[in-house]
Amino acid sequence: MSTILEMRSIIKEFPGVKALAGVSLDVTQGEIHAICGENGAGKSTLMKVLSGVYPHGTYGGDIVLDDKVVEFGSINDSEHEGIVIIHQELALVPYLSVAENIFLGNERRGRGGLIDWNQTNSEALELLARVGLDENPVTPVNQLGVGKQQLIEIAKALSKKVRLLILDEPTAALNDTDSEHLLGLLRQLQAQGITSIIISHKLNEIAEIADRTTIIRDGKTIETIDMSDPASTQDRIIRGMVGRDLENRFPDRSSVVGDEVLRVEDWNVFHPTQVGRKVIDDASFHVRAGEVVGIAGLMGAGRTELAMSIFGRSYGRHITGRLFKDGKQIQARNVAEAIEHHIAYATEDRKVYGLNLIEDIRRNISSAGLGKLAPRGWVNGNEELRVAEDYRRSLNIKTPNVTSVVGQLSGGNQQKVVLSKWLYTEPDVLILDEPTRGIDVGAKYEIYTIINKMVAAGKAVVVISSELPELLGICDRIYTLAFGRITGEVPVADATQERLMELMTIERDQPLPTKENAS
Amino acid sequence: MNAIAGLRDLLTRNLRQSGIFIALIAIVALFAALNPMFLSPTNLTNIVLQYSYILILAIGMVMVIVAGQIDLSVGSVVALTGAVSAVVVIRQGMPWWAGVLAALVVGLLVGAWQGFWVAYVGIPGFIVTLAGMLLFRGLTYVVLDNVSLSPFGVPYYDIANGFINGLFGGYGYDVFTLVVFAVAVVGYAVSQWRTRRGKIAYQQTVESMPLFVAKLVVVAVAVMWFGYQLASSRGLPIVLIILAVLVIVYALVTQKSVFGRHVYAVGGNLHAAELSGVRVKRVNFWIFVNMGLLASVAGIVYSSRVNGAQPSAGNMFELDAIAACFIGGASTSGGVGRVGGAIIGGLIMAVMSNGMQLMGVSQAVQPIVKGLVLLLAVAFDIYNRRRAATLR
Repeated sequence: MSTILEMRSIIKEFPGVKALAGVSLDVTQGEIHAICGENGAGKSTLMKVLSGVYPHGTYGGDIVLDDKVVEFGSINDSEHEGIVIIHQELALVPYLSVAENIFLGNERRGRGGLIDWNQTNSEALELLARVGLDENPVTPVNQLGVGKQQLIEIAKALSKKVRLLILDEPTAALNDTDSEHLLGLLRQLQAQGITSIIISHKLNEIAEIADRTTIIRDGKTIETIDMSDPASTQDRIIRGMVGRDLENRFPDRSSVVGDEVLRVEDWNVFHPTQVGRKVIDDASFHVRAGEVVGIAGLMGAGRTELAMSIFGRSYGRHITGRLFKDGKQIQARNVAEAIEHHIAYATEDRKVYGLNLIEDIRRNISSAGLGKLAPRGWVNGNEELRVAEDYRRSLNIKTPNVTSVVGQLSGGNQQKVVLSKWLYTEPDVLILDEPTRGIDVGAKYEIYTIINKMVAAGKAVVVISSELPELLGICDRIYTLAFGRITGEVPVADATQERLMELMTIERDQPLPTKENAS
Repeated sequence: MNAIAGLRDLLTRNLRQSGIFIALIAIVALFAALNPMFLSPTNLTNIVLQYSYILILAIGMVMVIVAGQIDLSVGSVVALTGAVSAVVVIRQGMPWWAGVLAALVVGLLVGAWQGFWVAYVGIPGFIVTLAGMLLFRGLTYVVLDNVSLSPFGVPYYDIANGFINGLFGGYGYDVFTLVVFAVAVVGYAVSQWRTRRGKIAYQQTVESMPLFVAKLVVVAVAVMWFGYQLASSRGLPIVLIILAVLVIVYALVTQKSVFGRHVYAVGGNLHAAELSGVRVKRVNFWIFVNMGLLASVAGIVYSSRVNGAQPSAGNMFELDAIAACFIGGASTSGGVGRVGGAIIGGLIMAVMSNGMQLMGVSQAVQPIVKGLVLLLAVAFDIYNRRRAATLR
């Protein structure tokens, strides 16, 4: 078996973050090679370096393909060598047909440079057959489900004469049947001599399909293990991913729980555009002062929808239910009212929903609590600057000054700006939606420390997270959410990942467990 | 910080603004060198009179653009409001202020109409105002019965053509004009001084004292020289007072008021603004109401300037106003732009038009040059932004 690809001590830096600090990887011809690592470990960055998204010269180290050093200036160069990457977010054009998407940028031309539609559609049909899809090539892709779209991405890769296929979290958005099908397809492609690199969080999937696994942590290669070795257990992979400092990933906190601050009762929310689709179904929960409450749920369970509908009805329609703040029923019909009731919500997608990326740190921090700086409608610019400086110091935002543009900060520092913005509104309840998504391990620890400071100051904190170890590490109580229903409430002392996962997968029509674990 | 380093810092810190300012000075210098008449008192006065209504439109337009919208209807609104005013004053024989009032009310109604469709129905401003461009042009024809109306007569005519002169007397130059300019310079110096003291109180860095004084002196000399030119010509144009008041008020509103901040927040990231408690619909509504109001002010000034109303008045004004904003550093994607920048952008176009007219450049060449300047200005802007991104 020959080595098809070798990446030698790859280094990639972004302003303020070293995403890759010397990653090495070697891939054998014809294998399925898995890459494992926590969020922010550098997996996606590594694949972007390999595929030329980050061109040669913007990273350090060498990429060796077929024993030759290659220098990709763009994604076209890497595709020319038969390296194709399928990103986590699918890159299909929704209104174009299946065939048009497959040959996008690689059109089948006939006479006079015009597109030969017969050839396009017939070749598309062959490619669809290879990936096991029985669809008409002229169907617009937005009429197909995510699973099928994923297969079309693979068909598109095959049309480019792929030798090395890179899949970034291909099954994250798929259900079990679609995932099975996809993994089966990868094995078929393997039999046809196509090498695959698969990035995945799902360890059972990796155990099932990968020949070898490389573990990455904090931008460094930890080890590459042979999956046929009986010592290559899931535990070993987890140990490699998390590292030995597993004990100290979460700062200590002694919780002093006070009175109830926020209570949500019989909360129902319908989908904003799909008529009759209930997104939140009779949810009730509460959070007390000095308490961190977690909300655990799988993708699509309705975690963000629950939080945003509470926060000034920012999501959904036909919202019914009752909100109680400090024991009194309140109305929060829009965001301004929610802020007046001292409720804050830090979004999971800070770039789209949280920050004005072209504006500076100072004005982002003041944006939600601007009224405090402008008692008569005129903003006190000097006071604004002082406030921003205060938060820069107390939350340790790493920046030369607060007039830097937010878009240039690293993920962790951007998250601190979001937290500063909400802390300045003096909230009693903070709902933090995926507060550590996409930020590196060191910054995560800082965010946890900030959360601890908030609850120590008597605030109530609700944390939504898809990382169960995070919830187990920082919460006092955890609610589980499945298909829009609160399916359980577990004190952290009784909670394990397995127990939570059981509750998170209770389907819509299944009965809820009796409240043996309720506190 | 020594004076030289301080000066360099002052220039580079806001290259976008200062770059465009330097361009204006360069263009003025160019025309002054080519034609000695260019800097004459009469001609300087003319530039102000000829382009005042474009500058007024640019003030409102820059807010619309910062919010991420565009308004294509302002030329038609200028025509409609001027026509309404003409009907009230000329056809009905009512006093001049009734015409002004009627025009302002129509402007507000037009703004509210467009704001409603943009904010509460959710149609992009481009579409709403494209419809408005046709709609209000047609209404202008209806209001005027397809004919031109003129003349307005003296009090109304003076809005755009009148001067305040001889109030305090003078010897070949108007003392009142000089006093007004002197008061403005002193006011500017005082406000700069207070800003500086505020910054020092909050432990921020400020430019060194010599540089600060030098900046004030340069501004004072330039302003007083301009004032002297006006004073030795026909005095202080009334429209210049209107313009100055609008610039000061809107510079304050955009930079210092909560509403102004909300405009930038909506343009920078609409979703984030919404989730920060900004009432986005309300902001969008009032931006268009404001644009309607300013378009009616421009309509009044324009109808007064030409002393009448024609159905085809204000044609293509919207494009001049939009170009002024983009030359002045506003971003097509919203969130970036300043009133000061738009004014400088408008002045660049005004100075170029006037300079070319003075030199007898043909009518065919003028729009070609204007178009190229717009392209170059925005290209320069993009180049700067890329450089800033790689420097970071």
